[in-house]
Amino acid sequence: MTQWIEIGALDEIPRLGSRVVRTPGGNIAVFRTESDEVFALDDRCPHKGGPLSQGIVHNKRVTCPLHNFVIELASGQAVAPDEGCTHTHPAKVENGTVWLALRQAAAVS
Amino acid sequence: MLDKVIKQKLVVIGNGMAGIRTVEALLERAPDLYDITVFGSEPYGNYNRILLSPVLAGEKTVDDIMLNTVEWYEDNNITLRKGETITMIDRRTCEVVTEAGDRVPYDRLLIATGSNPIMLPLPGKDLPGVIGFRDIHDVDRMIKASTDYRNAVVIGGGLLGLEAANGLMKRGMNVTVVHLLDTLMERQLDPVAGGLLRKSLEERGMVFKMPAQTQAILGEDRVTGVRFGDGTELAADLVVMAVGIRPNFELAKKAGLHCERGIVVSDTMQTYDGRIYAVGECVQHRRQVYGLVAPLFEQAKVCANHLAMKGFATYDGSVTSTKLKVTGIDLFSAGDFAPGPDKEEIVLQDANRGVYKRIILKDKKIVGAVLYGDTIDGPWYFQHLRDGTDVSHMRERLVFGAANLGDGGVSGQNSVAAMSDETEICGCNGVCKGAIVKAISEKKLFTLDDVRAHTKASSSCGSCTGLVEQVLAFTLGGDYSAAPKVKPLCKCTDHSHDDVRRVIVEQQLKTIPAVMRFMEWKTLNGCHSCRPALNYYLLATWPGEYRDDQQSRFINERVHANIQKDGTYSVVPRMWGGVTTPRELRAIADVAEKFNIPTVKVTGGQRVDLLGVKKEDLPAVWADLNDAGMVSGHAYAKGLRTVKTCVGSEWCRFGTQDSTGLGIKLEKFMWGSWTPAKVKLAVSGCPRNCAEATCKDVGVVCVDSGYEIHFAGAAGLHIKGTEFLTKVESEDEALEVIVALTQLYREEGWYLERMYKWCDRVGLEQIRKRVVDDVKNRKALFERFAYSQQFSQSDPWAERASRGVDRNEFAPLAELELA
Repeated sequence: MTQWIEIGALDEIPRLGSRVVRTPGGNIAVFRTESDEVFALDDRCPHKGGPLSQGIVHNKRVTCPLHNFVIELASGQAVAPDEGCTHTHPAKVENGTVWLALRQAAAVS
Repeated sequence: MLDKVIKQKLVVIGNGMAGIRTVEALLERAPDLYDITVFGSEPYGNYNRILLSPVLAGEKTVDDIMLNTVEWYEDNNITLRKGETITMIDRRTCEVVTEAGDRVPYDRLLIATGSNPIMLPLPGKDLPGVIGFRDIHDVDRMIKASTDYRNAVVIGGGLLGLEAANGLMKRGMNVTVVHLLDTLMERQLDPVAGGLLRKSLEERGMVFKMPAQTQAILGEDRVTGVRFGDGTELAADLVVMAVGIRPNFELAKKAGLHCERGIVVSDTMQTYDGRIYAVGECVQHRRQVYGLVAPLFEQAKVCANHLAMKGFATYDGSVTSTKLKVTGIDLFSAGDFAPGPDKEEIVLQDANRGVYKRIILKDKKIVGAVLYGDTIDGPWYFQHLRDGTDVSHMRERLVFGAANLGDGGVSGQNSVAAMSDETEICGCNGVCKGAIVKAISEKKLFTLDDVRAHTKASSSCGSCTGLVEQVLAFTLGGDYSAAPKVKPLCKCTDHSHDDVRRVIVEQQLKTIPAVMRFMEWKTLNGCHSCRPALNYYLLATWPGEYRDDQQSRFINERVHANIQKDGTYSVVPRMWGGVTTPRELRAIADVAEKFNIPTVKVTGGQRVDLLGVKKEDLPAVWADLNDAGMVSGHAYAKGLRTVKTCVGSEWCRFGTQDSTGLGIKLEKFMWGSWTPAKVKLAVSGCPRNCAEATCKDVGVVCVDSGYEIHFAGAAGLHIKGTEFLTKVESEDEALEVIVALTQLYREEGWYLERMYKWCDRVGLEQIRKRVVDDVKNRKALFERFAYSQQFSQSDPWAERASRGVDRNEFAPLAELELA
């Protein structure tokens, strides 16, 4: 069963930006697109573990600040020809509030 | 309700490189716009025609050179009708007609019928054993002949002829090359290089008969020999005619389209009938016809852009370069090298090493180059040729190549052909030659961008770009698609940096979305390359007016610290001119202990670096440093970094001026300014130059009578000594010149283009004219810099440490306990 957790107001995340949510299983990066969609990914690039939350967000992608891997926010997949995948977590916005559901892997350490 | 939009129909005649490259580019831009049907006479998929020579020579197989498999057409919903020839274009009904009489309608038509080999109208030309050299079928016939027969004659000593001759020789035949003129490859080579080439081919066993005119091909049931104009005869079991190619435009001509030497097309690759496009070897553009692959790729891009209804790209013609695809012979030729009264030549000839280089200059620019034996600098000369660089400042060393100008990358490597597969080409990403070669052949890569995307080579610092281009040229056998002459800012647009800067000013564009809308960006929010560039251009163009977009800043500039591999940051406080005090040092020591900062290191720019600071600690670290009077050192910025100084006349027994004082003055005036790329300064108190000023972006060397101002140096990726700009008598003048110079760079430099690259591009004389000679202009530049400084000289650390700017940036959004 999906357990939704309230993590803050949408306004607290900059458009085309990201904020970090600390969990016992590691940091999760919560991204906000230009059209106010939110996505949540483990804050680790599949390449060399760079903090994706610190990257530049464009459309529904983020570029890792360490070596410019580009990651799809919806799937966590690296954009070809790069390879790799980051865990995603369900996230949604309701009435200006952001909700996150931790996937098993990160919730149970 | 219609659930499917009826698409327009695009018919492509010709399943070769030009046609398919256009289709590929079109699919990239507008994947769903057309129903596409491709007709090809040959019974194969699309293959790489330029690699037929290595197939003939047995160095590659037919499978190696296939570019698009049948599955590729299926995957992209393209109807491929191979083995079907189009015999008529009916422009009235907008249909093409196949050999079998099938009529296929089109909304847009693309003609890419390529070219045919020229078959000389000689007696006996239709005898079995006489062939052209154009397609896989020809190669098959040559390979078969080489197992059954001994003697081959190749008519034509051009690129194609020599490659055919080399291939047949490798397959064990005795080969004689017959050439009408006394210089081989006369269109690409001058007589000296042609002579060197002949000599080395002769050493490999090739025989030449030249100058000689073929008069008849002899034989009854099959070719037995060739007779020449002087009456002599030569026995032959195989005759290959490789005297040239002729654009194949019969079909277009029959349809009433205007043709001269090829199908005449406009700058958007349209024929006189706007619904019909043409690309590749069958076209004539601005009176030129091309028989090489690079122009064809450039045409394909423009054509696809127009078919996709983007419609702003135009094709302005190509400058081409050639390499002979004969393994072991290094030969490069580009541009125009016919002698002329207004041209100058630089020639280097070393007979023992078998090296010959000839560079042709006109109006201070390279217009042609012929290299033999040592072609490592071919791409480098070619780049300058295409860019139209003013090379006068490097003229005396030009002929020795990039390495001797300090432009050859970190290790100044030699020819890639001689490197082993394990040799590391890209030091940043650890990519060796073998991996690049493998990716190029297995993944069918053609361009530098392809190689960057697939291997990461040359995608970081870029210093190995020349080497990667060489590997491309070497693996593809030359003639690969060089980077376009005008580089787009990034993949999100076809516009260049210059275009973008100009339009921002002309159209008074003041936000990133406004620029993207006006210039028809291809992506929604751009990408990590273009957004920071646009942010800088807007900031530099509209000081005080443009609101800096934090989300378009690379993380270092957003959080005013340098990100490290583990996600922590490094902090470098400013030390004006490299001078510090016990109080500052004590504060640094206290901060390091208080926040458990693991590493404290002295930098090359005379500063102290605190490494391993957690992001959430940054504001508190800055607050403590601020309390001791220190501000951000901008060690993360594309902006003024450090001014390095020596102690000068204040202490040094050799010092001629107060170099430390001038350094501090410069730094206090210029700190906080954003520039296209980082800017490092240095001031030395005497010509002993202890501050190493002559490898900085701007360096001052004090002398007894004043201040020498140097600029455009580098000591990182490239080692490059500075250029002398001017000498002035007072500190104030020095400040004015340096500030004006920096402002000109701010206004004209491309984002991430260091000052020495900018100088290379626009020319030293141009810069000197506007910064030194034109005093009024210098003062105006100085004023514009001073104006913009009033908006940028606010310590970003203090803003964040005590004034709450970007508070959200440094704290997590939430902390979740284990449920």
